[in-house]
Amino acid sequence: MRITVTTGTCVGAGQCVLSAPDVFDQDDNGVVEVLDAEPGPAQAEQVRLAGQLCPSGSIAVTE
Amino acid sequence: MTDTEEQLVVDFPLRKPGEVFPPPRYEEYRHREGLVLSYLPDGKPVWLVTRHAAVREILTSKKISSNPDRPGFPNIGETMGVPRQDQIPGWFVGLDPPEHDRFRKALIPEFTVRRIRDMRPQIQDVVTRVVDGLLADGNRSADLINDFALPIPSLVISALLGVPKADREFFESRTRTLVNIRQSTDAQRDLASRELLRYINRLLEIKAKWPGDDLPSRLLQGGVLAPQELTGVLLLLLIAGHETTANNIGLGIVTLLENPQWIGDDRVVEELLRLHSVADLVSLRVAVEDVEICGQVIKAGEGIVPLVAAANHDDGVFACPHMFNPERSAKQHVAFGYGVHQCLGQNLVRVEMELAYRTLFERIPGLSLAAGPDGLPFKYDGVLHGLHELPVRW
Repeated sequence: MRITVTTGTCVGAGQCVLSAPDVFDQDDNGVVEVLDAEPGPAQAEQVRLAGQLCPSGSIAVTE
Repeated sequence: MTDTEEQLVVDFPLRKPGEVFPPPRYEEYRHREGLVLSYLPDGKPVWLVTRHAAVREILTSKKISSNPDRPGFPNIGETMGVPRQDQIPGWFVGLDPPEHDRFRKALIPEFTVRRIRDMRPQIQDVVTRVVDGLLADGNRSADLINDFALPIPSLVISALLGVPKADREFFESRTRTLVNIRQSTDAQRDLASRELLRYINRLLEIKAKWPGDDLPSRLLQGGVLAPQELTGVLLLLLIAGHETTANNIGLGIVTLLENPQWIGDDRVVEELLRLHSVADLVSLRVAVEDVEICGQVIKAGEGIVPLVAAANHDDGVFACPHMFNPERSAKQHVAFGYGVHQCLGQNLVRVEMELAYRTLFERIPGLSLAAGPDGLPFKYDGVLHGLHELPVRW
């Protein structure tokens, strides 16, 4: 599983941080920051949810 | 739409006194092919969107605008009981990208998950003081809308905006006047609105001279937004975060009293947001180009009303949607909207709800409705779902 984010379109809703706190964070500007771009299977479900919930479509998850 | 199914045209407003919420008709609309057409009181046509996927599509489409100045934008009357403020600079919910993004990007550092977590002690302090007020003088009854649900978000926003403690009562009373359309007249609301606007301008002048550790001071120092834009921004934060939060707190208390086995479980918050969907009629839009949604072509200049409560009760996404089930995965709800305008304060609301319920039921374990749930005065005439009053005793 690989995560790609588009920081330019991020609206800082924080849904990714709430869904997968070990994988996503927000920087000082409130913009998405990936802590682990290739998370293991234990995180898979949370990461998929983060991708679905992102309101600006800024998170792409490839399996 | 198939040839056998005729275009359904329905009356506006969609809610009727005495009905359950969401209105049972939403389900009927959702099960039809295509979209439902309605006409607003001013004669403008609007398309009603009820399916979860379609609502998300509308709220992320680049062919669709949030700008109320565009021709055909649905104007459903006064917003949230106050005179229209969307003409003032800084009212960025009414801007589309890229103009919108300058405002959003300036504000998101103030509402990150971490920043809101750091605010928890302050929010807890507000809730504790409001509950102290309920219990003062040996009281055994209260109206939890006026005495609990409305003061909490108002006092939290006061803290966020760095309103001095001495002014918080003024701030709270004026914001309450704006919301409480049953206990205030148009003239009183108009006056309260002007007083708040004047107060916000004065606050910005003070923060410019003597900066503090608060949102207005940081935004002034950041220099991205002009002071006259900040007036609109602060007013927007106040209006967007006040009645919406209060309605969620109030309706949630009723649901928890009816389902006491869930009291004390923080998972209720997400499910209550979905179930009550208080901002049903808030995310209004207009098509800028022709766009096809659910097989229906919406022409440029036609209004769109995504019904958030209908989407959150879409049985294709949420099984038995009318049931309160905190164990379900409710996170896909669109109670905060979707797309670039999704609620900036959503993580703040979640904490306010969590701490409000936990503190209320811990401190007043014998709480019950003063009358049966059938007689509760639900709001059916505004854009928000909620309660006018919530009489309780203990």
